[in-house]
Amino acid sequence: MFDFSVVTKWVDMMLRQWLPESWVLTTEFVLIGLCVLVGYAIIALVLIYVERKVCAFFQCRLGPNRVGPYGLLQSFADMFKMLTKELIEVNHVDRFLFNLAPYIVIISSVLAFGCIPFAKGLEIIDFNVGVFFLIAVSSIGIVGILLAGWSSNNKYSLIGAMRSGAQMISYELSIGLSILTMVVFSGTMQLSTIVAEQADGWFLFRGHIPALIAFVVYLIAGTAETNRGPFDLPEADSELTAGYHTEYSGMHFGFFYLAEYLNMFVVASVATTIFLGGWMPLHIPGWEAFNAAMDWIPSLLWFIAKVAVVIFIIMWFKWTFPRLRIDQLLRLEWKYLLPINLVNLLLMVLVVVFELHF
Amino acid sequence: MEITIQETVFFILAAVIVGCSILAVTTRRILRAATYLLFVLFATAGIYFQLNYSFLGAVQLTVYAGGITVLYVFSILLTSTDNRHIEKIKRSKVFAGLIAALAGAAICIFITVTHSFGSYHLTGGELPVDAIGKALMGTGKYQYLLPFELISVLLLACIVGGILIARKR
Repeated sequence: MFDFSVVTKWVDMMLRQWLPESWVLTTEFVLIGLCVLVGYAIIALVLIYVERKVCAFFQCRLGPNRVGPYGLLQSFADMFKMLTKELIEVNHVDRFLFNLAPYIVIISSVLAFGCIPFAKGLEIIDFNVGVFFLIAVSSIGIVGILLAGWSSNNKYSLIGAMRSGAQMISYELSIGLSILTMVVFSGTMQLSTIVAEQADGWFLFRGHIPALIAFVVYLIAGTAETNRGPFDLPEADSELTAGYHTEYSGMHFGFFYLAEYLNMFVVASVATTIFLGGWMPLHIPGWEAFNAAMDWIPSLLWFIAKVAVVIFIIMWFKWTFPRLRIDQLLRLEWKYLLPINLVNLLLMVLVVVFELHF
Repeated sequence: MEITIQETVFFILAAVIVGCSILAVTTRRILRAATYLLFVLFATAGIYFQLNYSFLGAVQLTVYAGGITVLYVFSILLTSTDNRHIEKIKRSKVFAGLIAALAGAAICIFITVTHSFGSYHLTGGELPVDAIGKALMGTGKYQYLLPFELISVLLLACIVGGILIARKR
């Protein structure tokens, strides 16, 4: 299987021949930053196109089909429109906080994006507390949303932000606990090791019942965490116009929009990495020829395919279920998901202690 | 004098910490103060990451940046009043605050100057998670985090009980 660290090592070697140590590091920081941001933007644009197409097919429409073949260039055109739009200055707002909020949201999402192991040898941040770091940085986004809602000086925004805060803080518990269940199973928090351990069977299959429960809980909580339907109360357009980003215009609105899609991508990639083996091909112990055939497919392709499946499920949620009420939303978390999660954690500990897994 | 990247990063983080700490106490709007505090906490987490102590850095991010600051912002949102009428602070209060600040600074400087820190060394690589876990849950010498957390849960139960009794109608 192709190892991407060959490429990165080659770039490193080339730079070291020409430049002194500290300049090599600086150049690499800049290069990695550029790659991350370009990847971030492209993935967001693709996701926006996919979302519109999927939504259209669910509603028996065609979706974007005018700009480019099959409307493929539609989201690019939208991006340029958004980039050239005016940033409207709202009166009677705390301008500093108002302008700061979108950046906090997007920084949190970019940091989480940087932790994901995309392919063999293609991972940027790989701490030995990787999963924990990922949860930590993605929890920063809440502050940005709360600040956006407060500084907009608008009742709809404030209500949207409060709902969003309550929702994200609650569902973060479920996400943390379901990931913790899998950390108990794998025995490590480092994302690269978690992927490597799934070489002979993905955790979803090896961990059987508790892993399956954790996966379902993670998907529900992850959908809620990204403020997507059916949990999109913070921006319920029929009651709150657009929730916390009502007052934003131009690229500042674009940042919230990008962050929302990228958070969906991050949630799907974490689900892939922890439950579905990350970039690891489907291996079945004993079937040597089958495993060898699976290894021919590039690891990046495996990762993208799995993420695409998870993202499709999340989109399916959105266009199938009606929106929840705020009390139903909080009841679902505190009365159902959290107890299920705690029992599941105990079950997983028992499974690991008595070695009942595959 | 050659300045390494490590030092550059440290100086940037230190400047952010100092600047935002001062701004946090001098600003007149309470939500801005909370935001500056958030930046101070971020930069502190950055220093932990620089020391290769990623666990503490991540804890700093979740507990302080993601937890405590959100709690502050939430309570400000729920209780916020009109910010334009901040009452003027009395002169005696200013004086008392100044003395307290100076005394605190004097104690801090005295301890930093007199304490021998030993030779500092940046050990390469991260601390293994195993070692952290054992230190957190252990019962050996200097390992009293578990009883400490138990007591904090007990205190939390007491607070909840107290509120319940006080609010009984």
